[in-house]
Amino acid sequence: MGKTLAEKILSEKSGSAARAGDIVIAGVDLVFIQDTTGPLTVKQFQASKFKGLTNPQKTVLFIDHAVPSPSKSLSNDHLLLHKFAQQTGAIFSGIGEGVCHQIVAESLARPGDVIVGSDSHTVTAGGMGAFATGMGSSDVAVVFGLGKTWFRVPESIKIALSGNLQKGVYAKDLILHLIGQIGADGATYKALEFGGDSLGALSVPERLTVANMAVEAGAKVGIFPADEITRDYLASQGRGDHYQPVSADTDATYEQTINIDLASLEPTISKPHTVDNTAPLRELKGTKIQQVFIGTCTNGRLEDLAIAANILKGKKIHPQTRLIVAPASRRVLLEAIDKGYIRSLIESGATILPPGCGPCLGLHQGALGDGESCLSTANRNFQGRMGNPEAFVYLGSPATAAATAIAGEITDPREVL
Amino acid sequence: MLRGKAFKFGDSISTDHIIPGRFAHLRSNLPELAKHVLEDADPTFVSRVKEGDFIVTGSNFGLGSSREHAPMVIKMAGVKAILAKSVARIFFRNAINLGLPVLICDTDRINDGDELEINLGAGTIRDITSGDRFTSGKIPEVMLRILDEGGLIPYIQKYGDFKL
Repeated sequence: MGKTLAEKILSEKSGSAARAGDIVIAGVDLVFIQDTTGPLTVKQFQASKFKGLTNPQKTVLFIDHAVPSPSKSLSNDHLLLHKFAQQTGAIFSGIGEGVCHQIVAESLARPGDVIVGSDSHTVTAGGMGAFATGMGSSDVAVVFGLGKTWFRVPESIKIALSGNLQKGVYAKDLILHLIGQIGADGATYKALEFGGDSLGALSVPERLTVANMAVEAGAKVGIFPADEITRDYLASQGRGDHYQPVSADTDATYEQTINIDLASLEPTISKPHTVDNTAPLRELKGTKIQQVFIGTCTNGRLEDLAIAANILKGKKIHPQTRLIVAPASRRVLLEAIDKGYIRSLIESGATILPPGCGPCLGLHQGALGDGESCLSTANRNFQGRMGNPEAFVYLGSPATAAATAIAGEITDPREVL
Repeated sequence: MLRGKAFKFGDSISTDHIIPGRFAHLRSNLPELAKHVLEDADPTFVSRVKEGDFIVTGSNFGLGSSREHAPMVIKMAGVKAILAKSVARIFFRNAINLGLPVLICDTDRINDGDELEINLGAGTIRDITSGDRFTSGKIPEVMLRILDEGGLIPYIQKYGDFKL
């Protein structure tokens, strides 16, 4: 009997014939923390009395959530992580380098890897064929010390993609549509495995957007096969040698298959205050928006900035609306400068933030005022998410964000493309 | 045997409700952080909850972030168990790793303020206020072993490795 992607990778890394429902102990190829969950990880690691890291060169400490630090307490947390890196030999990624999941995709994740991070959006690397999942600080501390962890092998839901996305419709609309369809707990404890005839229509950056939000349906992983598109992406990042093909067996067993015709999708919005509260954009046209935020591990990549910049080039944002842009990494920022996207965005009225996470989780920068609404390209819109429980967050694609910034109200990007 | 009062919450209580990102600067100051537990869901909760009480909630409790601070501040508030119709994956593992039991059961049968008696070993719940008795779903074996040691770190301190 064939295996799903999750079963295949966990079999390989556990040295056993892993089947959905089994409990396995699997080796972890890459483990990382970030600055809001990392200090507790260090504390739990020290309490566990481990002698050192199992694999310092595969252990990464990212400073990305509070960059640059807005307070002395967060500066002290950064200091703690910096010292821990010096003591243990772990890799340290400081301010300005970018969002952990973006750097993992650019430089670290390999198809077939098991990746664990103390951040729920660790699932992003599933877009490259890795079994990547978020865990809490204690679990990650134990991975630091043992180089392995326990998993319940997830049942898999296959998402079979066919057709092609229409103009103005993007990977973000696909994943919002799916989450709206199955619900915020529609894949709890399970793997969302993407496949079907139209896989080739999705680039790796688009796959990363889709995988990133698998956790918003409760999934343990959102995983794509690694194919020629993955190979070309890795080669473009200067690490073609990290490629290996990873695919599910054709006779693998899925709990369920959901067919999605990409051509049937339209621009989609997730309304406050849950991600699965989705609606076609047309039903929300005209909703006044005071702030637009483009960035994050979901949609802060070069391709996303290109889409937004091309819409905003030569235009001005609405006088009653702010536009905040945070490129996902230093590499993205530099390339966006070289290609002129940053100039187009700034000339349109955008404020550019350093690469990082801040506004997405309301940690600092871009906090909303009472009663204000934000159209964000991020992945969460829970009450209080962007710094204020009296505010409202709508989620959409970078194209929707750019069109909305111009009009000052939720706008269909197809009207400006 | 645990005994305490039920504090009832609805469905989809996220980690942002439990401890939002705007308090990230307090994460290394846990006593201060704990003063804000569940503030955005019920601002009066922290002043009313007492040692030994329970959180009783609907479906998908703890969805969202991997922040272990969420179950940590709930535990620091004195809560001895969470009863939910269903619980998000990362939160579930985090709670057990901190020695905080999560029982899956039909929480519609419990009213806010009810006095409950819970037998963790047997998985039985008695609602003293209503007289209702019912059982909870089983916690997976591997998690039960971690819970029995008081959490993952005490477990690792004792065994030095996973002994599943």
